[in-house]
Amino acid sequence: MSRGDPLGSSPSHLERPARRSWVEKLEFVSLFLWAFRVAVILVVIVGTYGTVSAGQYPGPVWADLVVFGLAQGSVYALIALGYTMVYGVLGMINFAHGEVFMSGAYTAYFVADALARSGSLDRHPLWSLLVVAVVSMATSTAVAVLLERVAYRPLRHAPRLVPLIAAIGASFFLQYAFRGLYGSGFKAYPEVAVLKGEWVLAGIRILRTQAVVLVASVLMMLGLYVFVMRSKVGTAMRAVSEDREVAALMGVDVNRVVVVTFAVGAAMAGAAGVLYALVFKQVHFFMGFVPGIKAFTAAVLGGIGNIPGAMLGGLFLGIVESVGPILFLDGLGIVAPYQLKDVIAFTMLVMVLIFRPSGILGERLTVKKA
Amino acid sequence: MRVSAGRWLGDSPVGTGLIWGAVAVFVALAGMVEAFAERRIIAGVVALGPALPFLAALGAGYHAARRAGGRGALAVLGRGVGAGAATGLAVAGLVAAGGVLNLRAVFVNASPALFSLLSLGLGPAGGFLPILVGAAVGMGGAASSLVSDRARRPVVTGLVAVLVIGLFQEMLQLMLAEGWIQSALRELLFAPDALSRAGSVVVFFVAAGASAAWTYRGERVRQQLMRVPPPQRRLLKLLGLGVGLAVMLVVPLVAGPFLSHVLVLVGLYVLMGLGLNLEVGYAGLLDLGFVAFFAIGAYTVGLLTSTGGLGVAQLSFWAAVPIAVLVSLAAGVILGVPVLRIRGDYLAIATLGFGEIVRLLVLSDFLRPWLGGSQGLLTIPKPSIGGFELRGPEHLFYLTLASSALVAFVAARLRDSRLGRAWMAVREDEDVAEAMGINLVNVKLLAYGLGAAFAGVGGAIFAVMLGSVFPHSFQLLISINVLALIIVGGMGSMPGVVVGSLFLVGLPELLREFADFRFLVYGAALVLMMQLRPEGLWPTAAIRRELHAGEEMGASRQGAWATTRHPG
Amino acid sequence: MKRMEVALALAVALAVAVGTSFVPAASAQPVTDPIGVVKVAKGQPLTIAYWFVVAGPDASLGVDTRRGIEIAIDDKGGKLLGHPIRLIGEDSGCNAEGGQTAATKLAANKAIVAAIGSNCSSEAVPGAPILWKAGMVTVSPSNTAPKLTAPDRGPDFDGYLRTAHNDKIQGRVAAEFARKVLKVSKAATIHDGSPYAEGLAGVFVETLKKLGATVTSQEAIAPTDTDMRPVLTKIAAGKPDLIYYPIFIAAGGHVTRQAKEVAGLAKVKLMGADGMFSPDFLKAAGDPAVGMYHSSPDLTPEALGPKYKEFQEKHQKKYGEKPLSAFHPHAYDAALMIFAAIEKVAKKDAAGDTYVGRKALRDALYATKNLKGLTGTLTCDRYGDCADPKIAVYQLESADPAKWEPGKNPRKIYP
Repeated sequence: MSRGDPLGSSPSHLERPARRSWVEKLEFVSLFLWAFRVAVILVVIVGTYGTVSAGQYPGPVWADLVVFGLAQGSVYALIALGYTMVYGVLGMINFAHGEVFMSGAYTAYFVADALARSGSLDRHPLWSLLVVAVVSMATSTAVAVLLERVAYRPLRHAPRLVPLIAAIGASFFLQYAFRGLYGSGFKAYPEVAVLKGEWVLAGIRILRTQAVVLVASVLMMLGLYVFVMRSKVGTAMRAVSEDREVAALMGVDVNRVVVVTFAVGAAMAGAAGVLYALVFKQVHFFMGFVPGIKAFTAAVLGGIGNIPGAMLGGLFLGIVESVGPILFLDGLGIVAPYQLKDVIAFTMLVMVLIFRPSGILGERLTVKKA
Repeated sequence: MRVSAGRWLGDSPVGTGLIWGAVAVFVALAGMVEAFAERRIIAGVVALGPALPFLAALGAGYHAARRAGGRGALAVLGRGVGAGAATGLAVAGLVAAGGVLNLRAVFVNASPALFSLLSLGLGPAGGFLPILVGAAVGMGGAASSLVSDRARRPVVTGLVAVLVIGLFQEMLQLMLAEGWIQSALRELLFAPDALSRAGSVVVFFVAAGASAAWTYRGERVRQQLMRVPPPQRRLLKLLGLGVGLAVMLVVPLVAGPFLSHVLVLVGLYVLMGLGLNLEVGYAGLLDLGFVAFFAIGAYTVGLLTSTGGLGVAQLSFWAAVPIAVLVSLAAGVILGVPVLRIRGDYLAIATLGFGEIVRLLVLSDFLRPWLGGSQGLLTIPKPSIGGFELRGPEHLFYLTLASSALVAFVAARLRDSRLGRAWMAVREDEDVAEAMGINLVNVKLLAYGLGAAFAGVGGAIFAVMLGSVFPHSFQLLISINVLALIIVGGMGSMPGVVVGSLFLVGLPELLREFADFRFLVYGAALVLMMQLRPEGLWPTAAIRRELHAGEEMGASRQGAWATTRHPG
Repeated sequence: MKRMEVALALAVALAVAVGTSFVPAASAQPVTDPIGVVKVAKGQPLTIAYWFVVAGPDASLGVDTRRGIEIAIDDKGGKLLGHPIRLIGEDSGCNAEGGQTAATKLAANKAIVAAIGSNCSSEAVPGAPILWKAGMVTVSPSNTAPKLTAPDRGPDFDGYLRTAHNDKIQGRVAAEFARKVLKVSKAATIHDGSPYAEGLAGVFVETLKKLGATVTSQEAIAPTDTDMRPVLTKIAAGKPDLIYYPIFIAAGGHVTRQAKEVAGLAKVKLMGADGMFSPDFLKAAGDPAVGMYHSSPDLTPEALGPKYKEFQEKHQKKYGEKPLSAFHPHAYDAALMIFAAIEKVAKKDAAGDTYVGRKALRDALYATKNLKGLTGTLTCDRYGDCADPKIAVYQLESADPAKWEPGKNPRKIYP
């Protein structure tokens, strides 16, 4: 191969390449990549050392940070499930999934408010919360199914960028539609008396709301995993994501499977919405945008198309956002490290993608040409 | 066999009407009816807001009639009535519900004022009125479908022209402010905040007349043009280009400062679009972090020219721009290296991450001593040629125009070069391209670098346009907008980038009065465009062929668009 | 082909427009002015423009200030010098390019006599010079960045004035309160990356250090962040007595709610600023907000007098709710200033048309002295600061949004 042509040679002179010395093999790019990895690892090590040796933060603080990260991360994980499932089945990024999350949480607010005012929320907290969750999940599902039917189904066979733009448009539309319907201010979920306060397990503090979020998410993720692996519909979903045409040939109703995929992903997001609202209380029309992006990052981190990967990615991302700035940046003397928490998250994402281009747990299926 | 609810909704006239009715109810609850209740299209006659539900009924009638499929006129009209009545029923339902339930607790716009508007002043008691009016309007819509296309088109064109001129009346009135011919025209056509009655009639007939003329004569004109022999056709083309150029040069003088300013913004997006076009359109690399390079260009020029405390060197704009371009190019290459081996949608999120990283770094307190943090860089002087300072938007327009022309020229040469072909090969299939001997690394890095360089030019102009650089200007939204305008304009096509910019950047600025609903309409427009015209507004012939050929054959499309797809 | 039609039509239209644009207009006026003259024909409306944040998530600020102007117009009977007052405006988006676009649009409309705006300081930086280049003055009711009225601001800002306080004052008052009244010896700050918050936190830190306290950490978050616990945990490690977070309602609500949940911050005092001074904040923060402090313009009836009570009544009657933010009285005063100045310099001719010289208007505004407005007595200095800055510190007594009454709840406790 002639080295003279930077764009590559034409095949007309296909000669057997001569043995190149190791110096030539050291391409600029590989060098750069190694330098990048080393730099990041150095930052991590020096920063961690600096923080730990400064000793400003005792053990319980780290435990607290990890717990906060897990709670936030489980919300991301639940939303990420929707992204990853739709991607697995349809091969498209549902940019509007953050808005699906928002629609459930926002709509369920009115139910929660009514329940709180009538006192049911305090007297029968479990039932009330379940009602709120059901409303949220139903709304999210309705929005997602409508979205699929109106915006995505006609574009099923279009080249990949077309549904992406349609999804972006749908995202804007949903945000401002809900703004128009419910108003541009925010609403605050009522306090649930039974969930105030904290528990201490094995010396680790955990807020009650956070415990509920963690447990609920884990249960839902397990449920989803079982559903996808064991049930008939779940198998159909996996078949369609593996090869749509062959699945259709085998008698699977692809349209129905797609609708079910959207619906299940949306239900997860709706549940995430209620959990989010329990912890953070504020809901408003723009609340889905940032968690949507974070959840998408989590899904990619874990390996897009991979359900356990989405869960892992979400939790991992949550912990990195919570612990990372103090652990890495504070030790380097960087001021206001939490302002840069997204920098850490995205750098970590890129690192993971360099080491493992298909995410931590990899693509669910055999590595097809990406 | 039972017809599923979905099929019934889609096919039957009542179902169609109910769907349109749901849209009308949504529009009302989202606030558009009330917000535009004062917005008169024609002074004293039609306000935009209350007209919206009845437009829905019109659409329902027309839609239902279209599906009549060759039945008699009476059946068609009947379908129209049914559909329109169903739409009216939905609206009436809303009014009735509003009278009984406290809808306002949930839907902020469900106020008595709204219900009064919807029921034409009668309130909940007059609920039947929307049904009647809806039926009548629906019948009108159905009737219009019976009329031949040739007869209908001028009428529709006339009505649309009235609507459009009415919507843009503020802009047009500003443009016609000076000069006695303009003032006379303005007095004729417009009342203080809308079209005058006389004006609407004039506009209608002029537009309808033009449309009719084109329908009846257009074919002949076109055939005559086709018959012109090649050398003369080239002359005509050159003439056309010359006129176009003259028009471009004269626009700021005619349009006034606000329109020039909007055109400068459009021009900046054109510059960014041309850059992203290299990455996405030619090389198939989905980059969602493009705003980073825009920011780098802006900050470089800012740091090099600012007279304030953070200014590094007091260079002139003209000296700073080449440096900014080089820095952006380097940034593109540097940010491209880590993501070289990442493909497809992973690339999207990784580049999105980079965009956010750059924004957060320029915003951070950490880099504040050098980059200004949230207070930004200030006192960036305007560029000057000789002693003449380019202060106003008109001057900046010329600057942007010149830069865009230059960048477009470079992009066109690149497209037709070996590098351009290498990019297209990479876009089609990376592995095959590599097997054919293309050096993926260099080709991709060049795509990132050159695309970034173009964005850097845009950033440079942005910095001097504002006279300051704030990190808050570089949100993810901008990257998304640039991507959207490329697709909407026509991917891979340079005129498409310009058209896309005009529509997605220029239009919202001109429609500022609809500020609250700008994004609602923007989002809906994007979705609709992708359904109706996915190849974009000004696609390259190749893309159009691909997208519609695939349609005819029903096969799943690959081709120029298939940047690496994931299993599915 | 469609493209050709479109292109041809555009070309023809523009050619016509060009041809007709070179015909000059004739005019003769009784008033001469170095910059320009606005003529308002008899019976025609006199146009005042606003450029506020009236769309988007922060719209309550813009709507609040716009309502202040509308009530001022009502109080004037809707007429000035026999002309009806017409209020038009643009959304400025709370960022630099939004401000620039809004200002450019307004500057193109020669019928505008004067402008009121902007809301966010970053908008005014490019926007005010554009308006002044067109000869239009602008009075801001809520810009608080010090540099807009600093001596070195440059001649581009000659047409800019404001009735809002300077943040240098608010930060100072907050720090003095913290040190002298609360006897705070260690404090931490959080800002959200906006120029307003960062500037205000900076002034607070500077003053506090001068008064002898230490600042344990200065943190920053993004306005869209929801989980504040990690950053609060970091702050807790420094064991501050007070956290000053002059941010906006959404993020401020999160900080307030979560602060008590973080280990080590149970006894810490919380203090916010005027960005959170609204009943909406009570919704966001809930019960944990009780007992926290706010620095904000003094809106108590004692300070503002009975006229403010009348204003509140009018507001309730016209809009059905309490004011949404803290700057409506400043907007009212801005309108008042402008009306007074116009009345001073306008001249009517025999036909009944009114003429206002732009430079004369500007000079008249800068010469405003002892004008009694809602916020106090307004006197403009050479650089456009007209405010009678009364900054107070309040303490919140109840978290019920219905019980929001500046002065009582939150209760004014300093000075």
